[in-house]
Amino acid sequence: MTLSPTQRYPLIRSRIDVRGAQYLANRAVNVQSLEKLEKALAKSREGGGPKYNDRHRAAGKMLPRERIELLVDRDAPFLELCPLAGHDVRDQTTGAGVLGGIGVVSGVECLITASEATVKGGAISEIGMWKTGRLAEVAEQNGLPSLSLIESAGADLPNQHKIFVHGGRGFRDLTRRSKERTPTICLVFGSSTAGGAYVPGMSDYVVMVKQQAQVYLAGPPLVKMATGEESEHEELGGAEMHSRVSGVSDYLAEDERDAVRLGREIVAHLRWRKRGIVPPREFAEPLYDADELLGIASADLKIPFDAREVIARIVDGSRFSEFKPLYGPSLVCGWAHIHGYPVGILANNGILFSESANKGAQFIELCNQSDIPLLFLQNITGFMVGKKYEQEGIIKNGAKLINAVSNSTVPAITIMIGSSFGAGNYAMCGRAYEPRFLFTWPNHRIGVMGGKQLAGVLDIIQRGAAQKRGEVVDEQRLSVMKQMVEGQIDLESEPYFATARLWDDGIIDPRDTRHVIAMSLSAACTRPVEGTMAFGVFRH
Amino acid sequence: MSNTPNVLRKVLIANRGEIARRIARTCRRLGLATVAVFSDADEDALFVQEADEAVRLGPAPSRESYLSIEKILAAARLTGADALHPGYGFLSERAELAEACAAAGITFVGPSPQAIRAMGLKREAKRLAAAAGVPTVPGYSGDDQGDATLAAKALEVGFPLLLKASAGGGGKGMRVVRAAGEIEASLAAARREALAAFGDDTLIIERYVSSPRHVEIQILGDTHGNLVHLFERECSIQRRHQKILEESPSPALTPALRAAMGEAAVRVGRAIGYSSAGTVEFILGDDGAFYFLEVNTRLQVEHPVTEMVTGLDLVAEQLRVARGEPLGYGQDDLVQRGHAIEVRLYAEDPASGFLPQAGTLVDFHVPEDEGVRLDTGVRSGDEVSIHYDPMIAKIIAHGASRAEATRRLVRTLERTSVQGLASNRALLVRILEHPAFAAGELDTHFLDRHFAGALGEPADPSRDRLAAIAAMMIAHEAHAASREVVPGVPNGFRVNFSVPQTVTYGVGDRSLTLAYRSRGKGRFDVALDVPLHGGESRAVRLVSWAEPTLVLEDHDGHRHTLRVVVDEAAATFYVHSTRGSTALVERPRFPEPGAEAVAGGCVAPMPGRIVQVLAAEGQAVARGAVLVILEAMKMEHSVVAAIDGVVTRVAVQAGEQVEGGQILAVVEAGEAAAV
Repeated sequence: MTLSPTQRYPLIRSRIDVRGAQYLANRAVNVQSLEKLEKALAKSREGGGPKYNDRHRAAGKMLPRERIELLVDRDAPFLELCPLAGHDVRDQTTGAGVLGGIGVVSGVECLITASEATVKGGAISEIGMWKTGRLAEVAEQNGLPSLSLIESAGADLPNQHKIFVHGGRGFRDLTRRSKERTPTICLVFGSSTAGGAYVPGMSDYVVMVKQQAQVYLAGPPLVKMATGEESEHEELGGAEMHSRVSGVSDYLAEDERDAVRLGREIVAHLRWRKRGIVPPREFAEPLYDADELLGIASADLKIPFDAREVIARIVDGSRFSEFKPLYGPSLVCGWAHIHGYPVGILANNGILFSESANKGAQFIELCNQSDIPLLFLQNITGFMVGKKYEQEGIIKNGAKLINAVSNSTVPAITIMIGSSFGAGNYAMCGRAYEPRFLFTWPNHRIGVMGGKQLAGVLDIIQRGAAQKRGEVVDEQRLSVMKQMVEGQIDLESEPYFATARLWDDGIIDPRDTRHVIAMSLSAACTRPVEGTMAFGVFRH
Repeated sequence: MSNTPNVLRKVLIANRGEIARRIARTCRRLGLATVAVFSDADEDALFVQEADEAVRLGPAPSRESYLSIEKILAAARLTGADALHPGYGFLSERAELAEACAAAGITFVGPSPQAIRAMGLKREAKRLAAAAGVPTVPGYSGDDQGDATLAAKALEVGFPLLLKASAGGGGKGMRVVRAAGEIEASLAAARREALAAFGDDTLIIERYVSSPRHVEIQILGDTHGNLVHLFERECSIQRRHQKILEESPSPALTPALRAAMGEAAVRVGRAIGYSSAGTVEFILGDDGAFYFLEVNTRLQVEHPVTEMVTGLDLVAEQLRVARGEPLGYGQDDLVQRGHAIEVRLYAEDPASGFLPQAGTLVDFHVPEDEGVRLDTGVRSGDEVSIHYDPMIAKIIAHGASRAEATRRLVRTLERTSVQGLASNRALLVRILEHPAFAAGELDTHFLDRHFAGALGEPADPSRDRLAAIAAMMIAHEAHAASREVVPGVPNGFRVNFSVPQTVTYGVGDRSLTLAYRSRGKGRFDVALDVPLHGGESRAVRLVSWAEPTLVLEDHDGHRHTLRVVVDEAAATFYVHSTRGSTALVERPRFPEPGAEAVAGGCVAPMPGRIVQVLAAEGQAVARGAVLVILEAMKMEHSVVAAIDGVVTRVAVQAGEQVEGGQILAVVEAGEAAAV
């Protein structure tokens, strides 16, 4: 019998004590965090609330989530992205009025978006625009066909200044994706006015629902305003008119179900082929239970945890081929498989030193050499500081790692499993480094530094300045100021603050990590996986 | 027949289905080669495949195949068969076949042509029985078959009376006449049936005994003058005058009555010098009086009942007798051991007058149980043809007592799966479980008395719900197995679960909607027949699924073992458990394109103006008839009827402007105009 590559890798021996105080304490807090996450997600599913949802259903329409559930293959998985965009942000609803993710339609992974028609008539909000942009980016970066389920009143007019200019990207991206040969399909369920009209306008395929879809640059009132012409909705932009007269619509759907069916029919004829890595169908599940991640992930981020314990619970067979285990041990690097996909993993086991940064840069080059996707497990408080380390050149060594991350061309996926502070966020492929997907655990915190640290820095600077001016420090004022800063920074470091602003693609239940990574890898492997040996100048 | 033993080597079995297989089984055991004959309809049948040799007879209709003596003899000559076993039905009671065999030097496994002829004509048989001192039912079996004579004789015998095919058996060509006014029509129908079934429309008339039991005695004779009886079989439970359940011993017989009837049967047999296996049928009244009915000069369908209580193989005995061997035992050597009950499993719909079913037997499974015998000619996937008897199988249980045999049979039947065609399986279970059956209170009106109007399988919504859950689980597994993309990610995986999956099944004329959420590792939350949003769900678990066995654990911890057969092409799940069968047709998630359009609707090919309307509502039209003339682009276009039918709607008037695709008229299928 031939060994699969995974079986050649050594097994990770887990050392956790599931009855230990630390484990139980972590677990208790993490379970609470998950309850909080579920509450937030529940808000994302409310749409416009019971009143508007009922009104929508009473009109014989499906809610956007129902449309998506009908569109995707029965029993197939669906990876929703950024469900908490806009959560607890002023003037925003949780989900930001648009929902989307990666679903399997007629056997093809597609990027699906749907406007939340019951939220302000599906009008586009500022965060909704950025979320739509992020979803489009996922389609573009991974080369996924896209399906837009449209029912939108267009721009949220009172807030038009926040979206009008940047909003244009959406239409540009549609046609660029089309040029890239990733088909764009638009199913119009309701009104799609003004800017909204360009979504069907720019899509490769358009389906409109009879007696429901209305697509026009300007509705009857605006037409009357502009030219004085009297017009009816249907003649101006009805599905029948567009299907029979204008040709804006390619398919006339009898009803919503028929529209969904047509969407599936269109995808079925695309002759879609993935060009990336094709994993074997059979692979081993991890030896250790993913449930134990809840006891492993530190609730108090000051307490470190061994990244190998996480790796053991997400990779095939819990087998991991570690690279340079004795060198720069605060960055664990090595190869494993997830759902049969090869991955090169970089995981923090402490702060980054020169050695660990150098090791990481080398490892990324090796993965590029072999066309292996990267997985970053980010739990980093930053690079080591201090005289010794500066003199060792921590800046140039850290820069090497950032150079490697920036110029690597294999797909990267980042999971934030703890801290994400300072330049560590960058070096470990934070959002700005364009990992294909970025998910976070509920226990993670993000920021330039922690609230306490920032308050401490502020304290030192204030005292220094006072001393320079020969003044006495107003202790009370400084204390209040520090408290305020610490409070604000801590709040802004919360995963909910981050995910609401699209700093990531969603907070996930740590136990789902393996499957989320697998779906991300699968989507990423729609495009060829091709590494590069071309990097910026490494400063040695 | 010669008294020197013949050496037999090869037996041609001039029959089909279960009996052909059953005879072949014994032949093989005795070292005899077998030859099957088959019609076109049976070319892939088990009995053909299992035979050492097989010969095609011809087209499916019996007259051109299994009833053709000429073709069967030709097959015997072709294969060099030295013996012929006729089975039951078809030619088994035709003296001409026995004679033809004799002429061809082939040993006929059965009685002499004389005995067959004597007993084949019912009135002759009755006369012989009466002469032997055996009581007979009053009746007429004269040669004068004129309408007037028969009508007059009917009045003499009195009503109710029975009209029977003289050459018949098995209930074919048999009709109850309850009043003088029915005679004329009944005569015609009985003659027609008799002619069709037996090629002879001679009828006999006899008194119809009310509340009668049907009790028959198996006899067995050799060519050396030995004749014994192998006790009785009670076959009182019948539908449409055909037996569906037979047992031995009869709960109605005392040892004295058994001895008297046995002795009477042997007397009839001796009177005709009977050899081989035969059956003397009696009617037994509730006063203990019995009347001779007829002799079946062949192996009986229900012979396994006798085999199980006597330990004899009747086919082996027939072959021994045919070889000229003496029986080698006497009446006193024979005992009845325990109790045996046979049921006949039919592809028929008890709920609609036992209408025979034809089509594909999608699943047929009878578990192998101790003390239970299965005689069948079909397997899953076989076609049940319209040309022959729709009996699928005989299931026979033996037990130390009647109660034990009953329980065994019930248990086997409950786990027996017959799918794709309606069957009487559930009815058989209900009969066996009926208190009157347990009490042995049987007569030939048993079904009318106890199951009048309720012959179908009782509805069981909770069984159907369980079946729907099973079907969902199977589809779920199949979807996971066939998914190309992220096959390792659990089905229904969501990071933000919102709307459950739903699937709707048609169950009979109802529909059942199931909403479910996969929890991974075979666990599901399911909600049945509730609105999509809200409603209580229950946690269920798929324990195992290896086609066709599915084990499902319900929310209450109760594990159910179900047999599920999936007909993918028909999107149908056949689910069977001891609670019965449910067939679920998965409704498509999406309407078929065009299904929304009106069936039979005639639409405008393009936008235009209606020039002329020729169709009128209610008018019968033939396919191609012009309904409406449309003018568009300066051309006239005729819109025609796509099918023969009746115009049910005219949607436009002359002069009207229409859109392309707009319905102009609707034609529904029906009788075209009578010309």
